[in-house]
Amino acid sequence: MELLPQILFGVVLLAGIGFFAKNVKTLRRNIKLGKNVVVSDNKPLRWRNMARIALGQTKMVVRPIAGLLHIIVYVGFIIINIEVLEIIIDGLFGTHRIFAPLGVIYNFLIGSFEILALLVIIAVVIFWIRRNIIRLKRFIKPEMQGWPKNDGNIILYIELVLMLLFLTMNGADFQLQQMNVAHYTHAGSFPVSQYIALLFEGLDVSSLILIERTAWWLHIVGILCFLNYLYYSKHLHILLAFPNTYYGRTTPKGQFSNLESVTKEVKLMMDPDADPFAAPVENENDTPPEKFGASDVVDLNWVQLLNSYTCTECGRCTSECPANQTGKKLSPRKIMMDTRDRLEEVGKNIDANKGEFKEDGKQLLGDYISHEEIWACTSCNACVEACPVSIDPLSIIMDMRQYLVMEQSAAPSELNNMMSNIENNGAPWPYNQMDRINWTQEN
Amino acid sequence: MENVLKVPTMAELFAAGKQPEVLFWVGCAGSFDDRAKKITKAFVKILNKAGVSFAVLGTEESCTGDPAKRAGNEFLFQMQAVTNIEVLNSYGIKKVVTACPHCFNTIKNEYPGLGGTYEVIHHTQFLRDLVSEGRITLEGGKYKGKRVTYHDPCYLGRANSIYEAPRELIKKLDAELVEMKSCRKKGLCCGAGGAQMFKEAENGDKEVNIERTEQALETKPEIIAAACPFCNTMITDGVKNKEKEASVGVMDIAELIASAQDL
Repeated sequence: MELLPQILFGVVLLAGIGFFAKNVKTLRRNIKLGKNVVVSDNKPLRWRNMARIALGQTKMVVRPIAGLLHIIVYVGFIIINIEVLEIIIDGLFGTHRIFAPLGVIYNFLIGSFEILALLVIIAVVIFWIRRNIIRLKRFIKPEMQGWPKNDGNIILYIELVLMLLFLTMNGADFQLQQMNVAHYTHAGSFPVSQYIALLFEGLDVSSLILIERTAWWLHIVGILCFLNYLYYSKHLHILLAFPNTYYGRTTPKGQFSNLESVTKEVKLMMDPDADPFAAPVENENDTPPEKFGASDVVDLNWVQLLNSYTCTECGRCTSECPANQTGKKLSPRKIMMDTRDRLEEVGKNIDANKGEFKEDGKQLLGDYISHEEIWACTSCNACVEACPVSIDPLSIIMDMRQYLVMEQSAAPSELNNMMSNIENNGAPWPYNQMDRINWTQEN
Repeated sequence: MENVLKVPTMAELFAAGKQPEVLFWVGCAGSFDDRAKKITKAFVKILNKAGVSFAVLGTEESCTGDPAKRAGNEFLFQMQAVTNIEVLNSYGIKKVVTACPHCFNTIKNEYPGLGGTYEVIHHTQFLRDLVSEGRITLEGGKYKGKRVTYHDPCYLGRANSIYEAPRELIKKLDAELVEMKSCRKKGLCCGAGGAQMFKEAENGDKEVNIERTEQALETKPEIIAAACPFCNTMITDGVKNKEKEASVGVMDIAELIASAQDL
């Protein structure tokens, strides 16, 4: 019977981690549905970017209020998680505050966890107020209705509850220590929870132990639930921000990649030695010609799909977007959210059909993202610059334009005029190529 | 005052067995658009005065393909790119200067992958270097104390991280540089990029160039300085829309410098 809590703890821990591992597997599978792109260049720079942007939060503080609050929650969660290590060891081996022999260091650690927990609570409350009372514009855009709004609030509630449980557990523990109850060794300092302990005065030992144990269990079970909530939530960014900033672009933002499949054809067209009457080379594995651009998630590359899972819907991109600011339908955040939603849909389709995707008559472009959104973009890179975790919505927009123009010939007619001018006379306007130097003669 | 522009073409220099210090890539706007041609001429006047050995491709120049690529037509872009690269390489061009951030970005970043690698410089960088090398001198005089706000073109700023060269030049003119609420990395687009220049905007509450012009006018400027022919057009339109064209000028950095020297 003595061992029962330990066994129970082991089972809960294993279930929590096991379920999470299963979700990670699905996540990996879905991301790998994207086209392959080799990102093995510039390793030192990539590590630096990750350290600077994800670990160092440099882009978060571009907006100082949200940035500072975010750093509090971020640092709080990372550091308080040291405590989780102790909880896991205690849970598995039936010990209590196994790190207590660290003495002064332990006191310092627990003390700072408590202060951080209090700061996290304050930050979370302010975040909630920004979303629900002040209703900052970027949190109430059309794409934030329904689940995305609830998701944002649920995360805040979970964080709040976890911190309160942590402090309650410590408060009860402190009270038990004061009463010299066996097993509750004198350890730790409790700058915050000592005030919670005041609420427990007069309670008998068994009630206190019940409170302490309940808070302890709920806290760890809560953390495991939160871990498993990630996959269903925008909150995945706490993990994916790291790989995403590593795989983020390292070239100038203005440099759009050149489509290799097009290069081959253009080179062939320009090659004076190419035989125009040559029979097409038989393709050994008879693959259909590659589609130009992207109309669905599988046409995007895996970094773009990773981007979509990393997006935490903060809306900084959308609030900086000139098209969105002037009332157009385009919202870069929605591009990322739609990509993720469609990718999830494709993933579930594959799961339901024994590992094979069954045509569902839908695609990302058209069913999720409208042509109107795609054509409203000025390619100004404001969204890319604004993203605190190196997401690139612009690349998806450009890939979709390529599909519309090269596969569907569906450009707005004015753009077709512009393109035929370039084709015919080497300028986007209908001027004669031979007049290109006339300006030197004009006054 | 020299009124005749000296604009040698690559073909002429090549025939004479000469190689210029730098190729001036004029671009479509700079060649054909009436407003942008003034920028081109202002820049050439400075080059002439500083005695820079340069040439243009003239009728051998063609669109870089930027608007085609941003509109999604990769085929057309690469056809244009490969043709231009062939011309540039045949003349052995090493260094290119251009007054258009779109041409600048495309030649600098997207041509190397297709066989065209050059040192590409934006005209604001080139002018700054001419000043720092003492090849042109700037005496404030005309612009001393004038309130000038600078609009960052997306393809110069965010796209290629060039924020300071144009600002240094404005300061060299002893003008009072006032910044808009969104500038540098956060600079708001003029609304022309991504091939928007050539089409009507999608439905919305407002045009992007009006929004940007309002931001510029908030600084109470006498001059809105730009460094891109397309931004220039968009903001000029915005200023007209606000009926401020009598009191607020929209000028390219090259025009500021040329006029400061009475060129």
